Order: sequence, then C-alpha cells, then structure tokens
Amino acid sequence: MTRFLRQTAVMVYALVGFSLLSASTLVGTAHAGTPFPDIHEPTDKSVKCIQPEDVMRREHMNYILHERDETMREGIRGEPESLANCINCHVEPDENGEIAGIETDQHFCSACHEYTAVQIDCFQCHADRPQKYIKRNSHTSSLRQQLQQTLAASNAADKGVKQ
Amino acid sequence: MSKIEYTSLEGKSPAYFGFLGALAFVILLALGAVFYMEHEGHHVTGMNNQIVWGMPHVFAIFLIVAASGALNVASIASVFRKKLYEPMARLSALLAIALLTGGLVVLLLDLGRPDRLIVAMTYYNFKSIFAWNIILYTGFFGFVGAYLWTMMDHNVYKYKPYAGFAAFVWRLILTTGTGSIFGFLVARSAYDAALMAPMFIVMSFSFGLAIFLLVLMATYKWNNMELGDVVLNRLRNLLGVFVAGVLYFTAVYHLTNLYATQHHGVEKFLLLEGGVFTNIFWIGEILLGGIIPLILIYAPGVKNCRTTLGLICTLIIFGGFAKIYTILIAGQAYPLEIFPGYEVSSSFYDGVVNSYTPSLPEIMLGLGGIAMTLFIVAFALKVLRFLPVSLADSVADPHHAK
Amino acid sequence: MKKTENKTINNSRRDFLSKAAVAGTITIAPGVLLHSTSAHAIDGDATDLNTSVSTRPLDQEVSSKNRWGMLIDTTKCATGCTDCVDACNEENGLIGHNRPETDAQYIRKVTLKSKSTGHELSLPLMCQHCETAPCADVCPTGASFVRADGIALVDKHICIGCRYCMMACPYKARSFVHEDVKNQKLSAPRGKGTVEACTMCVTRVDNGGIPACVEACTAENHNAMIFGDLKDPNSPISIELKKHGGKQLRSDLALNTGVRYQGMNE
Repeated sequence: MTRFLRQTAVMVYALVGFSLLSASTLVGTAHAGTPFPDIHEPTDKSVKCIQPEDVMRREHMNYILHERDETMREGIRGEPESLANCINCHVEPDENGEIAGIETDQHFCSACHEYTAVQIDCFQCHADRPQKYIKRNSHTSSLRQQLQQTLAASNAADKGVKQ
Repeated sequence: MSKIEYTSLEGKSPAYFGFLGALAFVILLALGAVFYMEHEGHHVTGMNNQIVWGMPHVFAIFLIVAASGALNVASIASVFRKKLYEPMARLSALLAIALLTGGLVVLLLDLGRPDRLIVAMTYYNFKSIFAWNIILYTGFFGFVGAYLWTMMDHNVYKYKPYAGFAAFVWRLILTTGTGSIFGFLVARSAYDAALMAPMFIVMSFSFGLAIFLLVLMATYKWNNMELGDVVLNRLRNLLGVFVAGVLYFTAVYHLTNLYATQHHGVEKFLLLEGGVFTNIFWIGEILLGGIIPLILIYAPGVKNCRTTLGLICTLIIFGGFAKIYTILIAGQAYPLEIFPGYEVSSSFYDGVVNSYTPSLPEIMLGLGGIAMTLFIVAFALKVLRFLPVSLADSVADPHHAK
Repeated sequence: MKKTENKTINNSRRDFLSKAAVAGTITIAPGVLLHSTSAHAIDGDATDLNTSVSTRPLDQEVSSKNRWGMLIDTTKCATGCTDCVDACNEENGLIGHNRPETDAQYIRKVTLKSKSTGHELSLPLMCQHCETAPCADVCPTGASFVRADGIALVDKHICIGCRYCMMACPYKARSFVHEDVKNQKLSAPRGKGTVEACTMCVTRVDNGGIPACVEACTAENHNAMIFGDLKDPNSPISIELKKHGGKQLRSDLALNTGVRYQGMNE
C-alpha cells in the first residue's frame, strides 16, 4: 500500500513537473537572443582533428553514423571517425578537475546541440567522457555479492562452496 | 426498404463535457505514468527480466484483439448481407478504429525507447511477426477508414461491398498476426501452438461484440434514443455463440497439451498448482468470463433485461482480461525448460516460477488506453453522423411490425 | 582529397594494430601454458586450447569463413565458482542495483540435478549464439542480428526496447536495461530501455583476443571453457568436438548453437 501511495505521489509530481517545464519552455522562447554556445577547445594544440572545423561541423554526424554501422554490423574497427575519438580530445576536466557531463550545457556535444535544439541519441549508451577519467573501484562488488548470496542460498546443501 | 437516417450527438450537455473531461483526466494521469516509467526506467514497474511483458501488454493486446472483433457487426452487414445489422455498421467501424488506436498507444508508450517510433517505422525485419503486425495495424486503419468513407459518402457508396469485404479479410489476417505473436514462440512451453491464431480470432469476436454492445446501449440510453429488443436479442444470441467458441478453443488448447507428456509440467502449473494464475484461469476466465455469461445469455427469465445484458458484457470483458493475463503472464511465469530432466537453480531465476506484481503506473497506462478509445468514440459521435436516429424494433426489423 | 589521405594513413595504422594483436596472442600463449594441466593436452600438441583467434585485419569485414564458438566441459566447472561471471561483469561494467529481478546478467552459473539419477553438475549459461537465432527472427527492427561470423548481437542504436527477443529466447539469455547507465566501458556501451546480452566479447574477439569469461576460467586454472573457430577443422575447439562431441542446449529446436556443452550425461 505504501508503494501504491508513493507511486501515486511520484506520478503526480512528474505530471506537475512536466506541465511546469512545458510552460517555462513556452515563456523561455519568448526571450530573443540566446547567447552563443561556449564550445570547449582541446587544450593540446599539437593534435589535429581528422578534418577541418567547418567540415566536421557539417559532416560529423555522417562520419559517426557510417562508422557506427560498419563497426556494429561488419566488425570493422580502428577508423578515426569514431565517437570515442571525438570524446577523447574534446572532453576534458576544468581547472577544478571536474568534467561537465552531457546533461549540462558545458559538455562539448551538448553545448552546440542545445543551442541548435538537436537531440543527441549517443550518450544513453556511450560514456560522455574519456575512459581515463572514469573511476572504477569495486564496481562489480555489489552484483558479485548479490550473485554469491543467491548462489549460496540455492546451494546451501552443497559442500565446499567457494567464496 | 426505408432509408436509414443517421445523426450525430448534440454534445452540448454538461454530462457530455463531464464525460470527456473525466476521460481526458485519465489520459493525463496515464501520460504522467509514462513519463515516470520512462524517466526512471522500467525497474519502477512490476516487469523485470523474467516477466518482460506485463500489464500494459495485457491492456494493449486486449484492445487490439477487441478492435478486430468490434468490426463484427459491420462485417455481418456488408459481407453476409444481414439487413438488421446494417444501421450499426458505422458505429462498429468507428469503435474498431478507436480500440486499435487505444491499444497501439499503450503498446508504444511501454517501449523501452518510445522516442524511437521513427526507427520502428523505418527499419523493418520482414521475418518478424511484430514487423508484420505493424503493417497489419496500419492496413487496418486504412481499410476500415476506407470502409467508413464508403458508408458515409454517397459518391463512393457503390464501393461499399468491396471495402467491407477487404476490411473483413484484413481483420482476420490482423488477429491471426496478433495470435501468432505467441503462437510462433517456440521457446516457451505455454506458447508455440498454431491454435493461438484461430483462438485469438474467436476471442476477438467475443470481446469486440461485448464492448460494442456496452457502447451501443450506453450511447442510446444516455442520449434518450430508441433501441429495440430485436437488435439486442440478435446480438445477444450471437455473443453466446462466440463465448462458447472461446471456451471450446480453450478446452482444445489444454487437451492438446494434456495429451503430450512433454507439456504436463506447464499444464499442471496452469490448471492446478499455479496459485494466483490458476485462480485467475478457473474463476476469472472460465467461470466469470465463460460459464456464467453463457448461462445468463440463454436463461429464459432475463431475456429482455438490459441490466443483465450489461452484466453479461462486463463479465465477458473481465473474463477477456483474465484470459489474456493467463496467456501472457502465466505463460511467462512458468520457467523455461532449458534442461529437461533436471532440477535447476541459479541466480537468474532458472527453474523457479516467476512472480509478478503489477505496479500502479502500468495499470494507469492501460486505463489510459481505454480512456483514449472512449474519448475518440465520444468525440467522433459528436462531429460525424455515426448513429442511426432510431434502432426501435419497427426500424430495425420491418417484418417485426407486421 | 584529404579524406583519402586519411584513409591510407589509417590503413597502415590498422595493419600495425592487427599485427600487434597477433603478436600479442603469441606472447600470451606461453603464460597460459604455465597454467594448463596435462589433462587438456590434445595428442601432445599445443596445450593452450584457446589459440584459435581472429587474424582478420580490422579494416576487412567479418565473414562466414569463421564461426566463433565456445565449448564448456561441465565436469571441470565447479559448483559455486563464479570466476567467469565476475570477469564478465568486470569486462562489461555491469553494476548491480540490489534488484536481482531487474539487474542484468550476461552469464550465470546454473546448478543442475538429474531427476532420474541424482547426478549433479554446474555450468555457465549465456547467449548460445545460435546460427538461426529466434531473437533475430522476431526483432521488428532488425536490431537483434547474427554477425557473419556467428556472434549474436543487439544493435542498440535501433533497438526500440519491445522485449520480444526476450520472449523468444529459449535460454533466457537476455536482460533489459531497467535504469539509467552512466560511465559505460568503451567496449560495452549499454543504456536504459534497450535489450542486451553476452556479445562473446566481440571487441576482444575482433582484436584477436578471447572472451573475458574464457580467459578468467583458463587463468584460474579451471580450464572448463574453450573458445575458438568452429569452422577451422584444426582449431582446438573443433578437434575436441570431433573427438568427444558436444551437446547443444534445446537441441530439439535445431538452432545450431555456437556454445556447446560436454559432460551432461544424465
């Protein structure tokens, strides 16, 4: 019953939040002149992008899409036109060592995409930052623990269960 | 034969707007539920890696099956040339379209990625029964829409028999497709039966007609329009045949399984030891949804009683939900038989009966689909002339008056 | 054009990569050899049973000349051991949320007890990488597909999350992502609302490696899993299969699975 009530509450909140959000968007668009996006330039100037800036601006999605299908379906790997390569150069920590995630408008991708109101469908599955900035300490411990608990329970009669 | 006169609802009464408002509120709640489920992820629902299809699919499949059945009355009129059903053909086709819309909206909004509707429409795997169904649904809208057009526009009236026949054939294919979603699943013991397709067709006859009758009676009663016993009794007898048909197919399905030793496990689960599933099967599907309506339909004492007919239809709809719940949820709850001859245990619920507790957002989404259907019907009845001015006995059956 | 220049540079880089990958496996082999027990030796030949790996240059597409598969010897698989499962979770960045009913499991340990003889055994169960996969048949968008070299995958770019593949899979091999995912592994992208399963560590395999589960099982000296090319008659997996055979799970469905089991004598 508490679950029932909790879910009702959350749904009502969601509904109210959604309506407010829509309303605020409508009001927001009434203001003219959104500031130009702040796009992060890679700090390492010795590394060149695979194509000039104007080409990348127009074509990046085609490059990524082409690479995506070749890699996914045909196993062709190591092409330079990959999302991971974009992220590796263009997403860096700021002075405080913090990385602006894709949900902010500071992220290299979202800065432009929010400005142009084009939805990105990459980062629900792909990491929004280079792997070297992702800390992974004991990240599977919870699942492992849970697995072993279940296993131990189901094999309670078994001798010599390995911990 | 006299020409049938049609009318639209005035739709200015507070009751009408109150009804629309109430439906809109349910739809809004359902949208809130969808927003919540999609934002949080499906872990907030009762569905999981064991029961992958839950309450939204029960509602969606019920509505889609019923949609095809709601076209019954129109088909009988145009394909089998029964004059009595002719005046109700427009309402029948409208209800069919509305039910399918409601069902599809529920199905779509439960997807893991409903934002990828465009992907579903542009990438087709032609070996997939689901992909066939997408084509079948779209075709249904097209055929029934065209059929409605030929019924309502005098310029194309002459094409009505062809449009009616095409819609009739298409709805049979459509429900074959819906049944085959389960019938072609070789992996699970409760599915993998060619019988699913014809069983779903008979189910559609029964559920669709029950809904049609309820909508018909409610519309005529609330708008003080005349609806005679001749029409209702004919439909009621037809309903009896369909209910018996569903019971027959259910019996054959289980008897086939009971004969094969391989399927004894799943049958024992469904019929005897499945706990809540067994109860839903015997009490919900068989007793309340089959036997009691059948008795009431043919009971002589309540022949012209509208309240009883309403109760019968409600019971059939309830039993229909129970039936689809049993097929869908109980079918998934029974563990996969990956290792015949072995007792199985694992961390991933192998070898155990899976449990399912429907969550509020799921049910809300399903109810939203029903509200959507009724909203479409109520709104369409106001803007176009779907309803015969009178369905009194003298109008429906001229011989009756003599 | 600039684009072509890039391509040529890139080709040489790829050549280097694929060569490095081959070299890598050769150097890895002796290390593995140390762990191998004599019980695994095939007629006194190579003792590493996982030497059959991809040598395809990465700029060429996969072909049906290879069929990647696994052979699992259940007599060597210990009840309660989860080394393969741990390695899989590590490799794919699978994190539990203390919700066992919705948490993803690409590979799981199953304990079996024969109803007629009481014989007990334990085995890892994952996507069986069927040749004619039911998941690929039923998928409305074609997101579920079997690669030319026999690896069954989900193209999450076009998965709409309908879960029909989960209904169709006879092995319960698939999981649905029930919540938001962040900081995914580079080789294991995964996200809310799509279906996922064992990929046979496709990125490792393409780079001339072996799946993480097989690697862990071998490294821990259990040697219950062999990975290799089923179409190469000289690969250790093919030789072992020819010698002792291997069972397909649900062989009645005639799916021609890429994963085979030994030691399942009821």
